[in-house]
Amino acid sequence: MPEVKGNGPNGDGPNGDAPDDAGGVQIDLIGADRMANMAAMEKIRMILDGVRDNNIVILETGLSPDEESKLIEVTMTEISPDEFNGIEIETYPRSETTDQSFLDRLMGNESTQKLTVIGPANQIETLHKDENLISALVSRK
Amino acid sequence: MGLFTNLKDSVSRVTDKLFSAQEPKRIGIYGPPNAGKTTLANRIARDWTGDAVGPESHIPHETRRARRKEDVEIERNGKTVTIDIVDTPGVTTKVDYEEFLDHDMEKDDAVRRSREATEGVAEAMHWLREDVDGVIYVLDSTTDPFTQVNTMLIGIIESQDLPVLILANKTDLEESSVQRIQNAFPQHETIPLSALEGDNMDEVYEKIAEYFG
Ligand SMILES: Nc1nc2c(ncn2[C@@H]2O[C@H](COP(=O)(O)OP(=O)(O)OP(=O)(O)O)[C@@H](O)[C@H]2O)c(=O)[nH]1
Ligand SMILES: [Mg+2]
Repeated sequence: MPEVKGNGPNGDGPNGDAPDDAGGVQIDLIGADRMANMAAMEKIRMILDGVRDNNIVILETGLSPDEESKLIEVTMTEISPDEFNGIEIETYPRSETTDQSFLDRLMGNESTQKLTVIGPANQIETLHKDENLISALVSRK
Repeated sequence: MGLFTNLKDSVSRVTDKLFSAQEPKRIGIYGPPNAGKTTLANRIARDWTGDAVGPESHIPHETRRARRKEDVEIERNGKTVTIDIVDTPGVTTKVDYEEFLDHDMEKDDAVRRSREATEGVAEAMHWLREDVDGVIYVLDSTTDPFTQVNTMLIGIIESQDLPVLILANKTDLEESSVQRIQNAFPQHETIPLSALEGDNMDEVYEKIAEYFG
């Protein structure tokens, strides 16, 4: 089963948690409140630390265009052969016409905001494929 | 810090505008790897200056340094616009050197290519935030335009209020769909072309003059 970690009141980023066990994927959920109090580079650091620990990072609120631009830039500087290939980033729902209810259940959210999902480039496929992950997220609420 | 950077950016943008009214506008050619950016840059440069900008290749990340061609004078309807063309490395969020091994490359070369590619993309993002006055966004019209990288980049370009032309390239290929690109970015004008064959370049130059003149 995937392990889901929320951001508790003193959650201090994705470091220092249980190592990945075989097939397990850890998800870092970053709530809107926490995002609101972070500077751009703090967000980027938190995202890349999570992803480089092989976690999937889900942001309740998206990044600004400027933050996205810096995220791409910093990601590029950290890519290293045989170690880190970069990130895959997606927003959900993927288009305006997508059903919102999945989202709402996911974050227990009434709003129609998009979620931003970021994962290691070589692993994000698991997010698309692994229905268990999604149900784990939903059942957490 | 964000505030300070933003402030600094907008101040330098304003002063740029004030003091560089006579300077040619710097137009960045952006888009995903392999879209045909260099092919287009070379065609524009050859048409108006006689020489090329850089090498083209079917292997992604051929361009790994932003390359500038200065003072390209484009004449349209009796009007002349002078621009600097900046051909940039294809933007992506991931680079895996193993992909290059499929193109008959030795590991050393593949690793070097991926290292240069990542530096180049970082550099291109920097240019986009600081150093360009307009953007030509090139897409391969045979591929799906609804990618996160395209959405993010168009969003970044829009957030900077840069004029942007979207080019649907490779219309000579059968699988080309210009409509799909129009649907993806309805807020912008999409111009079809084949940079390789030189199809529809007249309209491209007309729009360059209109948008960046
Ligand atoms: N059929 C067709 N092929 C094209 C066209 N434009 C470019 N190509 C081909 O697409 C490949 C990539 O072209 P480039 O100009 O190197 O692409 P790029 O966007 O500069 O790629 P990077 O520098 O790697 O990001 C080459 O094989 C070109 O010959 C076109 O209009 N039609
Ligand atoms: Mg190129």
